[in-house]
Amino acid sequence: MKKKLSVLLSIILLVSMLFTGCSNSDGGTGGKKILRSNNSSEPGSLDPPLAQGTHESWILENVFEGLMTFDEKGELVPGMAEDYEISEDGLTYTFTLRDGIKWSNGDPVTAEDFEFSWKRALDPELAADYAHILYYIEGAEAYNTGEGSRDDVAVKALDEKTLEVTLESPTAYFLELTAFYTYFPVNKKVVESNPDWAKKPETHVSNGPFKLVKWEHNAKIAMEKNDLYYNADKIKLDGIELDIIEDQNTAWQKYEGGEYDILVDIPTSVVAQLQAENDPQLHIGPQVGTYYYNVNPDVKPFNNVKVRKALSMALDRETIVKDITQGGQIAAEGVVPYGLKDENGKEFRDGVGNLIEYNPEKAKELLEEGLAEEGMTIEDFNNSNFVLLYNTSESHKKIAQAVQEMWRTALGIEIGLENVEFQVKLDREKAGDYDISRGGWIGDFMDPMTILELWWSKSAFNDVNYNNPEYDALLDEAKSTIDQNIRMEAMRKAEKMVMEDMPVIPVYFYTQPYVLRDGVEGVVKVPIRYPVITYADITK
Amino acid sequence: MSKYVIKRLAMAIVTLWVIITITFILMHSVPGDPFANENKRIPEAVYQNLLKKYGLDKPYSQQYLMYLKNIARGDFGESMKSNTETVNEMIARGFPVSASLGLQALLIALIFGPALGAIAALYQNKFPDYISMIISIIGVSVPSFVMGTFLIQFVARKVNWIPIGGWGEWRHTLLPSIALAMMPLAQMARLMRSSMLEVIGQDYIKTAKSKGISKSAVILKHSVRNAILPIVSILGTTISNLLVGSFVIEKIFGIPGLGMFFTTSIYNRDYTLIMGITVFYAIILILMLLFVDVAYTLIDPRIRLTEEGR
Repeated sequence: MKKKLSVLLSIILLVSMLFTGCSNSDGGTGGKKILRSNNSSEPGSLDPPLAQGTHESWILENVFEGLMTFDEKGELVPGMAEDYEISEDGLTYTFTLRDGIKWSNGDPVTAEDFEFSWKRALDPELAADYAHILYYIEGAEAYNTGEGSRDDVAVKALDEKTLEVTLESPTAYFLELTAFYTYFPVNKKVVESNPDWAKKPETHVSNGPFKLVKWEHNAKIAMEKNDLYYNADKIKLDGIELDIIEDQNTAWQKYEGGEYDILVDIPTSVVAQLQAENDPQLHIGPQVGTYYYNVNPDVKPFNNVKVRKALSMALDRETIVKDITQGGQIAAEGVVPYGLKDENGKEFRDGVGNLIEYNPEKAKELLEEGLAEEGMTIEDFNNSNFVLLYNTSESHKKIAQAVQEMWRTALGIEIGLENVEFQVKLDREKAGDYDISRGGWIGDFMDPMTILELWWSKSAFNDVNYNNPEYDALLDEAKSTIDQNIRMEAMRKAEKMVMEDMPVIPVYFYTQPYVLRDGVEGVVKVPIRYPVITYADITK
Repeated sequence: MSKYVIKRLAMAIVTLWVIITITFILMHSVPGDPFANENKRIPEAVYQNLLKKYGLDKPYSQQYLMYLKNIARGDFGESMKSNTETVNEMIARGFPVSASLGLQALLIALIFGPALGAIAALYQNKFPDYISMIISIIGVSVPSFVMGTFLIQFVARKVNWIPIGGWGEWRHTLLPSIALAMMPLAQMARLMRSSMLEVIGQDYIKTAKSKGISKSAVILKHSVRNAILPIVSILGTTISNLLVGSFVIEKIFGIPGLGMFFTTSIYNRDYTLIMGITVFYAIILILMLLFVDVAYTLIDPRIRLTEEGR
């Protein structure tokens, strides 16, 4: 029996050595400038239209480039396009491509590639998650929803170098949209000959500053400088290597151990500690996003605007961002976050001013007035067992607890807390089965419209079913022209209006903290993007 | 015995069918769908396109039959979250990683667990007993995420050649194997100790001793062999759990194994992956249980695998 057991043990040992023996190690970087970091989760796809979020776009933005792009200062500049013309009515854009732009396999990048890519992204059979960001193009929505045809999508390659696009309505931020990943081109020849082209680095073809060279699923992604890129002189790195580690703490430990040059998703407690120590490695990057609470207008007494305002006025947002979230977030002053510019190139936020007041006494008065109008008392309110719903997460929980306590002390009301998985929360919001629920929005482009559009009566994301014809009219006005003076004025009015009606209670504006090792330079933070590492340099 | 094995395998197919059916009903009765995203939401039209692409617009009965047909052919389908890998590819990639780690952990547990237990029993209520029981209490009561974090903080951060996380070389497997092994090691030690104590008190041990057989022969040939049966009986579930990986350990150490799919697939409502991974785990478990039954007869000839006996 001893023999049998030892045979069994040695078999196990052999098999386990066999498995581990399969994997091999990588050599050192060999004096090359390789930027190392972590990508927080495995990309679902590296085919641009099939990408869904930052875990894909951080890679895509380095290996692809759209008609426009962000330069080393974080400014929007022509990318694949050399020049563009916009018609008087703001509807037709004619892009002229640069000379000598090439795909990583040597093929020239043509206007036809763009026409093909955009129509492909809209193909209902491809079912791209982000297809709706192309709906600005005439005929795009109809094609994507199966009502129109591919040929009616108004994007056309006039010749090899010229691309003409007609929009549904004037869109002041359309140029910026062409820098968004769903608008990135794909190589028509490659895609048509090999539908699986994006699945392996060997067959992956792109047109950006870097190209994909390694993709070990759930483990590692490596990119190498693309020498065929027209602006290769500006790229100082020889490559980028990203681990794929989901656990924030492990990734942080690796950064601390000197294994990364930059790290973006950092545990909240670490951010708080670095901030307290004034650590120069920590950067609080701007981000276009707002954290808010939806208030269900179909539940009495939340239908009363005074009640909603009382809830807002009782929140001490400074305390929330300073003591609870601790990531350099900014106390909300409205729904539109900082980082978006107005017609004079100044902060849109400053142009509107602070629309939020913290005043517990006034809040209490407002609440009593509002409740009286609904024929209720505070006791009735407390007997109704209202609940604040949030999706399970440690940080949402802490904020909800603080809010609960602030309402209790300032207004004398009791609101319960309930956490559910985010899928369940979405379901309940859709069904109107909630009193107050946590919401948040991260913008897609740098225009106040990216957030104001949420409460347009027909918006798919208008969870509170805010329906104000005057508000819609203001948004329509802003969408009817590219004259920034008219647009911005309409949007300023719109924001004031939505804050007056307060269908949602804004809490804070998001930020994006990241750490940079000493000796890494040239990382820029564009508010709507992850920190841009394309132009980074390693000096030490 | 072969007749018995064949019958068990036939039963396994029925079991699998029941598991598939229950999983199908359960996963479709949970709210949500694979296309919801915590940070980004999609409009209705795009959502409809996605439903159509993955055949989720069809009635449940039709989807169910499709699943059954595909699984029978060994095809688990396309993952609804990844456009890069099929479910079969994901399992084929993740399983070897988790299995190699699991086998190493099993080896550690098998070497040290029974040994600790046996030593504890031989020195009952003496110093070695206390030490080994302290180790096993730590192993049973400290959750693996604490153990993993602890090892990273106090071993990986201090010892240069041991990496904090990641995958690729043998040294990457060291800490996760230890963290994984702690729990089964502790279980085995405790089981071994109690069954060993029982065996030591038996008459045949006294007989063996009185016959003048050397002490080590009594321990190894007579005591350990008889005491080890309870450990073999937990091996089936232990091995299958270790083989398919642990979500917690794989997440903490950043290991591209199978374990994390068990949780992420459900969180993402990735229906095809949920089904694939459940069926795969069920197959492993059924095979391991069968393996354990066969192993019984090898270790203890008194046990026979007959239809009446079992």
